[in-house]
Amino acid sequence: MQNEISELRQRILKDIEHDGRVNLHDLAVRLGVDETDVANAMSDMEKEGVICGYHTLIDWDKTDEQKVTALIEVRVTPQRGQGFDVIAERIYKFAEVDSVYLISGGFDLMVIMEGQSLKEVSRFVSEKLSALESVLSCATHFIMRKYKVNGTILAKKYEDERMLITP
Amino acid sequence: MKDPIASVVRDMKPSGIRKFFDIVSEMKDAISLGVGEPDFDTPWHIRDEGIYSLEKGRTFYTSNSGLLELRRQISNYINRQTSVTYDPKEEVLITVGGSEAIDMGLRALINPGDEVIIPQPSYVSYEPCAVLAGGKPVILELEEKDEFRLTPEKLLGAISDRTKVLILPFPNNPTGAIMEREDLLKLVPIIKEHDIYVLSDEIYSELTYKGSHVTIASLPDMRERTILINGFSKSFAMTGWRLGYACGPENIISQMTKLHQYCIMCAPTTSQYAAIEALKHGERDVEEMRNAYNERRRFLMHEFKRMGLDCFEPYGAFYVFPSIKRFNMTSDEFALRLLEEEKVAVVPGTAFGDCGEGFLRISYAYSIENLKEALSRIEEFICRF
Repeated sequence: MQNEISELRQRILKDIEHDGRVNLHDLAVRLGVDETDVANAMSDMEKEGVICGYHTLIDWDKTDEQKVTALIEVRVTPQRGQGFDVIAERIYKFAEVDSVYLISGGFDLMVIMEGQSLKEVSRFVSEKLSALESVLSCATHFIMRKYKVNGTILAKKYEDERMLITP
Repeated sequence: MKDPIASVVRDMKPSGIRKFFDIVSEMKDAISLGVGEPDFDTPWHIRDEGIYSLEKGRTFYTSNSGLLELRRQISNYINRQTSVTYDPKEEVLITVGGSEAIDMGLRALINPGDEVIIPQPSYVSYEPCAVLAGGKPVILELEEKDEFRLTPEKLLGAISDRTKVLILPFPNNPTGAIMEREDLLKLVPIIKEHDIYVLSDEIYSELTYKGSHVTIASLPDMRERTILINGFSKSFAMTGWRLGYACGPENIISQMTKLHQYCIMCAPTTSQYAAIEALKHGERDVEEMRNAYNERRRFLMHEFKRMGLDCFEPYGAFYVFPSIKRFNMTSDEFALRLLEEEKVAVVPGTAFGDCGEGFLRISYAYSIENLKEALSRIEEFICRF
């Protein structure tokens, strides 16, 4: 029973990972289970924080909106007893910050942020991020082109090139 | 002047698929559900290995049987899947697709006039290959009431003193039928009693949605009289790489290898290197594709039921084979009108044998969005009757 539930959960997650809009009825048909089972599994996973949100993947470059995305490598001094959590929290609370990851290797936190312009991002880095007490240094990389995001290829459309009828 | 064409070739019917293909190609913006190959690309890590082998300059012939490393991987893979053991040195032959293995297998087994039992509906090449090998095809008509499985009664009905080979095409193209262990077990005593060899075309083995695929070679006393044919086309989405294989007892495989050596030399080298990667690290890809196909299969069955299109539930390959008997049209007429009126291409069941009359082959090697659009058109169409 426990196994079945965890298998169903895995299958649901696989399916909605790249299609958050699939409707419950369709999903239930495709997985060969009752719609209520799917609904229950999903609401359980939402409550448990397994499913954290349903986002839309937007290629802003195709809109009139100006957006700049930057990856910022941040080196920090961890604080006694709290490690990186406190400083990470101070950073991720800024609305401009999109993602924050703790990283192994040459720096500590990877901060991904979006701004309207280079200027806005630079200002944020110099005035907010670098100004934080435990931040030792920042290296900012601007993203020039997004080829693939969260498993979806943005750069190119692939057509079905198969012959129309084959044995 | 002499007729340039050999009569055996002249008398060979062109494939029923070909005719339909010509019509469909003329049609702009038709949606096709007529494709017999995966919609997935070959997983990148497999393609990458093919590219790497080219970069390294591995552009020579391999041994006739194929790269030993690949034969080892195949032997291990079959052992994992079915518990049958084949010696990679003597009992595995790498071929140009499963198609070549069918051809070589039949040529190796058949004496002039030997009968070859071919269950239909089935893949288009068994009959011509049997004829070219000098055999006499004996068509065995499978029925929907048996879920298009081969029953012992039907098999007995097709056997004569001259029967040499039984072709076992499961999971089946075009019906999607499978043979479960119990189904196969019932055939074994008959096959043994009549001393028949089995050419088991298991190219769709990985696409089985009810339990796991069972090969007849794994049943008692069957390994020695079975040529197991499989390949990379369907399981790893590698149709264009043209790579398959045959496994069987040494006395048969060595003779097939001799033929292969004269006709083909060896299977494409690049494909062989890519295939090693497929077997080493491709298990997860196969599982993901199988899950995706299975979801589409369930979706189609559900939709057919909702719109009142009769269809037995298939558990293999990526085809469904709905019955259109209640519309009082032949398969050809139905498929043609569906194409002309709603621009959806499906393949008439008759392309796979006369007993496919009254059925359509619908492939679900398409994305769900594609299937949805095609189904809504099919629904429009059948609502008019």
